[in-house]
Amino acid sequence: MPEFKLKVNKKNYSVKVDADTPLLWVLRDNLGLTGTKYGCGEGICGSCVVHIDGRAERSCSIAVKDVAGKEIITIEGLAENPNHPIFKAWLELEVSQCGYCQPGQIMTLAALLNKNRKPSKSEIDEVMSGVLCRCGTYPRIKKAVDKIIDEEK
Amino acid sequence: MKNITRRKFIKVVGLSGSGLLLASYIPAYGLKLEPGDEPKIFTPSVYLRIDSNGIVTITVHRSEMGQGVQTSLPMLVAEELECDWKNIRIEQADGNPIYGNQSTGGSQSIRRTFDPFRIAGATAKVMLITAAANKWNIKDSDCTAENGFVINKINGNKFSYGELVEDAAKLPVPKDVKLKDPKDYKIIGKRIHRLDTPAKIYGAAKFGIDIVIPGMIYASVERPPAFGGKVKSFDASKAKSLNGVIDVVEIPQGIAVIADSTWNSFKGKKALSINWDDGPNANIDSEFIRNNMTKYLDEDGSEIELKGNPNFDLPELKSIESIYELPFLCHAPLEPMNCVAKVENGKAELWAPSQNPQDARTQVAKALGFKEDDVVVHVTLMGGAFGRRLVSDWAVEAALIAQKTGRIIKLTWTREDDMKHSVYRPASVHKTKGSVDKNGNLINFYHHVIAESITAQRFNRNIPVKDADIGEGTRRLSYKIPNIKITGTIVPTHVPVSWYRSVYNTQNPFVVESFLDELAHLGNKDPYEFRRALLPEDSRLRRVLELAAEKSNWSSPLPKGKGKGISCFEGYGSFCAEVIEVSVNNSDIKLEKVTAVIDCGTVVNPDTVEAQLEGSIVFALTAALKGDITIRSGGVLEKNFDEYQLLTFSETPIIECHIVNNFEKVGGVGEVGIGATAPALCNAIFAATGKRIRKLPVKL
Repeated sequence: MPEFKLKVNKKNYSVKVDADTPLLWVLRDNLGLTGTKYGCGEGICGSCVVHIDGRAERSCSIAVKDVAGKEIITIEGLAENPNHPIFKAWLELEVSQCGYCQPGQIMTLAALLNKNRKPSKSEIDEVMSGVLCRCGTYPRIKKAVDKIIDEEK
Repeated sequence: MKNITRRKFIKVVGLSGSGLLLASYIPAYGLKLEPGDEPKIFTPSVYLRIDSNGIVTITVHRSEMGQGVQTSLPMLVAEELECDWKNIRIEQADGNPIYGNQSTGGSQSIRRTFDPFRIAGATAKVMLITAAANKWNIKDSDCTAENGFVINKINGNKFSYGELVEDAAKLPVPKDVKLKDPKDYKIIGKRIHRLDTPAKIYGAAKFGIDIVIPGMIYASVERPPAFGGKVKSFDASKAKSLNGVIDVVEIPQGIAVIADSTWNSFKGKKALSINWDDGPNANIDSEFIRNNMTKYLDEDGSEIELKGNPNFDLPELKSIESIYELPFLCHAPLEPMNCVAKVENGKAELWAPSQNPQDARTQVAKALGFKEDDVVVHVTLMGGAFGRRLVSDWAVEAALIAQKTGRIIKLTWTREDDMKHSVYRPASVHKTKGSVDKNGNLINFYHHVIAESITAQRFNRNIPVKDADIGEGTRRLSYKIPNIKITGTIVPTHVPVSWYRSVYNTQNPFVVESFLDELAHLGNKDPYEFRRALLPEDSRLRRVLELAAEKSNWSSPLPKGKGKGISCFEGYGSFCAEVIEVSVNNSDIKLEKVTAVIDCGTVVNPDTVEAQLEGSIVFALTAALKGDITIRSGGVLEKNFDEYQLLTFSETPIIECHIVNNFEKVGGVGEVGIGATAPALCNAIFAATGKRIRKLPVKL
């Protein structure tokens, strides 16, 4: 089996898996980083979003061979700074219910805000509509996003 | 030094024999602390223990699936115990009858624990006070408890709870402790932050799918595409040739692939070549099931409720009839079904995201041929549940694979497995008839519900229609209608059906509240005024309806293309009314705003109540606008979220929640927001377009 060198949350790892193995399962089963969630396996729900070289990507639909050497950040990496404005807003507004999709929601928003600290409503709508939530936390996600952007101003 | 574990305590509790839920009040002297035992623990209840360092641990025996029980149940104890909220810790209980009912459904967690958990807290407080009073040699009444301390009112001295637990544990358990006057509540009714939030947002929370046990390997199962199908033969050679695939075994549910990772087990599953016997249902589709139900539309149905004498032929009345129709639905929680199982030396241990861990224990014991005492079910966090995890099919699969392979197994269902092999909200058709007099007063109301009975199917029981589950949400309406006839027909299908968030209240209130709207318009009445006039003046339902109208500016007119719909719902000991505003442009429906009012009696955590209300409205809007499970060739057609879609962030309207403040008996919350949503939506669509929606999901 081929060996891949991965850089996840600024740490170096080496894994021996089939080249087509999605990054999601390498993170979860090989590296024990279970904060990244499996929801659909086809890039539809967004529960598995991680940052790859700063961009929000769906780790269920990216093969490990395509991310070797790239800068990968997972929710655990983002949480190394619990004072990130997203975490503060999520805590204050009690966004989560079951919590399962929240790492995907948070990573998606974090990538958007890294690119543009004051995204427009349509940008937010477009990006955040790609992450599904079955508990229906969308109204609170909306409030949290508004709060973060307001505080930025 | 002997370490006293919680399990040992619970055993003592079991032996003390005071029984189930009320067994919370175990005789503390039954615990017999040996000298030198560490830690020193005071356990006045199976739900509560206090350590000598002052940490208060509350055992939450209901499952946390997002509704906040891991916070709200401790709030009940803390209120009466007068402890410092910062010292509260929680432990999730295993599935065990010593905790009483653990089936987390029916919006019952708070309703069932409101008294026992407060009593547990109050009992412990009284014992701690007595322990302190004895040390000071003063009367109990000269002491008070506050923020984790017992205070000597005479001289201001104090003991921390931790200092008192050893003495308190030796005291007899008082009976009939006095509970607080609601006006003195310090925690109940406050927006307390959830204890589970930080771990969830930092990615540290462990859901069932995240459990890792040393030595564990991974499994997935390929099941028959048609319900009732079987494996005829299979060839596993290709699957077994793949990297990481360890074994392929047959279980009654299908073919299981065991591998060194989840992904490799999924790959192995895809590589299986299986010859299916599709069984007796191979040719059944949605149309067949629908025809089986619609053929009863011309029959009267068996009586569920009769009041007065509905006569739809009276010439002085205006009468109409309608037919409503709803599809099968899938819960589709974002965390697919999964379970970790270890079966060794005649004992089984499971880590299960279960809403019903005692059922998982029973079912697994039965499948393995074990005694229930030899099965331990640990309950994990759940990535959504919505009723799906009340059924333990996935736990049984995991246990059988673990038994067959002798390995610790994490079974993970793919999303496709989850959608195609679920247990579904039944489909239904309904006939309604109603009449109004020349003044627009409602005179007659008839509702015939035709659906499969979940109870009849799941428990293979013959249930009289009068008492059947299919009538949920049709009976004993609060509306004062002179003549009512409610009937039902149970139509079995081959599709496995089960409880889905608010069950038949996802269907019947939609029909009742949509048809009431039709009748209001038939009599040229405003749909709000029409309902209001039918509700008793002092009724709580009327109060929430009035508030919803007020808060939404019901009577203010809207421009063309926009419409408002109103609806109300009563159930689970609570009351809810909603006004929904939509804009419709050709076939495009935009959800503008939902104004929701809930009266759930005494509120434990208003923030969680609002969250549940918002969530249940989104859940119900999803079903009304998008939810549709299709049966094709005996199985389910939809495989993933591209075909079974959920409401998205940008489609979600503003949801404004209002809570009626009172100290009425505590009501349920989790399912209360469902019933009024679909009818308010469809009534709004009618107001905007003149088109009456009688079939869900909505198609314009």
